[in-house]
Amino acid sequence: MRSAQARAAAVPACSPSRRSSRLLRQMAKRYDLYLMLLLPIAWYLLFHYGPLYGLQIAFKNFSPAKGIFGSEWVGFEHFQRFFDSYYVKRLLWNTLSISLISMTVAFPIPILLALVSNEIRSRSFNKWLQNITFMPHFVSVVVVVGILTVFLSPTGPINKLVEAFGGTPVRFMESAGWFKTIFIGSNIWQNMGWQSIIYIAALAGINPQLYEAAKMDGASRLRRIWHVSLPGIVPVIVILLILDVGHFMDIGFEKILLMQNNLNLEASDVISTFVYTTGIQKGEYSYTAAIGLFNSVINLLLLLLVNRFARKVSETSLW
Amino acid sequence: MAKTAAANRVSDGKGFDILVYAIAAIVIAVVLYPLLFVVSASFSDPARVLNGDVWLLPKGVSTEAYANILRNREVWTGYGNTIVYTAAGTTVNLIMTVLAAYPLSRPDLPGRKLLMVLITITMFFNGGLIPTYMLVKDLGMVDTMWALIIPNAIATYNLIVMRTYFQTTIPWELQEAAHMDGCSNWRLLRSIILPLSKPILAVMVLFYAVGHWNSYFNALIYIRKEALYPLQLVLREILLISQSDAVDANVGLEDKVLLAESVKYAVIIVASLPVWVMYPLVQRHFVKGVMIGSIKG
Repeated sequence: MRSAQARAAAVPACSPSRRSSRLLRQMAKRYDLYLMLLLPIAWYLLFHYGPLYGLQIAFKNFSPAKGIFGSEWVGFEHFQRFFDSYYVKRLLWNTLSISLISMTVAFPIPILLALVSNEIRSRSFNKWLQNITFMPHFVSVVVVVGILTVFLSPTGPINKLVEAFGGTPVRFMESAGWFKTIFIGSNIWQNMGWQSIIYIAALAGINPQLYEAAKMDGASRLRRIWHVSLPGIVPVIVILLILDVGHFMDIGFEKILLMQNNLNLEASDVISTFVYTTGIQKGEYSYTAAIGLFNSVINLLLLLLVNRFARKVSETSLW
Repeated sequence: MAKTAAANRVSDGKGFDILVYAIAAIVIAVVLYPLLFVVSASFSDPARVLNGDVWLLPKGVSTEAYANILRNREVWTGYGNTIVYTAAGTTVNLIMTVLAAYPLSRPDLPGRKLLMVLITITMFFNGGLIPTYMLVKDLGMVDTMWALIIPNAIATYNLIVMRTYFQTTIPWELQEAAHMDGCSNWRLLRSIILPLSKPILAVMVLFYAVGHWNSYFNALIYIRKEALYPLQLVLREILLISQSDAVDANVGLEDKVLLAESVKYAVIIVASLPVWVMYPLVQRHFVKGVMIGSIKG
């Protein structure tokens, strides 16, 4: 405490002008590094901070003739319209429920897969398991939805199985009731292997002596997983969970867009696809920019909240 | 007493092993089956696929579907476009990412913390779809390939991975020594840093290239001219929108419907082939990339 005060007192003693001139000299010496950064920084300003400037149309009535700056302010009118609309409930419900189910059902699966992989003693079998489960990650969304369509079509293998057991074929892809199951199930299929890599790496980093000690104490393998493996990867789990929460509202919407049709819209209409269809296809820029902003703000608030909570409870956090 | 405990442990281990291997086998089967089914169906007689005869292995082997795709001009154009977009896009990605990651990895660069904060923020808060779309439109990039390349010139996650690599694997002393010898930063980057960073450069090429190859959404919003469609958009038309347009016009209606089904399987294979062929060769690089990324930057 005292040393910190002493340091604080010492700082003004060093004359600010000399410090800043040293900083300038340092910067001048490294001018070519700034030259390298010129293009990337300009790009970040234009393509990441530029849209932030454009975001003001969320509070304006954008007209192309007047431009972003010249359009007139309307305050929170667009937000008001969104919350008064008859579809707001459906959009929010679908977005939140898909996200929540993903987080509770899909999130733990890569962890389980990594634990299974960690318990396999045969190295070659383990390699096979990993290589095969990583594979779907490299298939494009269009192809995944294409596979779903042929697989779940009335003449596809799943429906043949249904018929074999005496059921009648189900039009899975055109059913609102099945939409969320199919969406989340195929996400798991595509991503569980890839997402398990980080956990596998974390498990490999656990000190083997901990396992030995647990074994000496007579812990069964299940107990060793519970008391050694899991605690060893908790920090990684927490970080990934926080990152996921930071994107809570934007749920793989490129895939939802491909799976969406008039018959399953009841379950597949989410905020981000609504922004696309109403904003880009119908040209209601200001209105959908406002909805997009609402989405981003919720994401950011959730991220800040969860990060703070995690720092308090587990001492692991993003910053 | 000790003996029985040991015996218990052994039996406990065996049962546990069986369980673990059983779960792993089920996972492998579930992941692999859809892929194998698509491959088999693409080589089968369309009528037998529709009847549900095909379970695992091709029935009534036929390459008619592939022949049809090879005659489809849109698929060829899409393929060509995607190759161009992937090559040009990945080149831009690589240059921009190196130019950003290297200076930001230098501990002696004043202001790098602030810059990193400004860059990292963009991962969690951005203008969103509409303002970005309007910007790209105002820049006159709609209906040009630049709309697919420039707005995605840097993936911030990749930038952080690369910066972490520079910081952790290239000794700072080496760079300082080069400075002492009067080596400029550009030469340092070109003749010392980049040659030492081949593994991470390979990972970046893979990440970016697969990203370009597989992406469809940017093309969906920025590309209207069909002649400029990338493969994934052509694929979307064939798989999800039109039912039988992909098939030659000179076959009967019934055959056309049948063929349209099997063309779907074949086109999935044709579009994913480059990635799958490359996959076994580069798989470990991908994994390495994720590992580096997981070191908190």
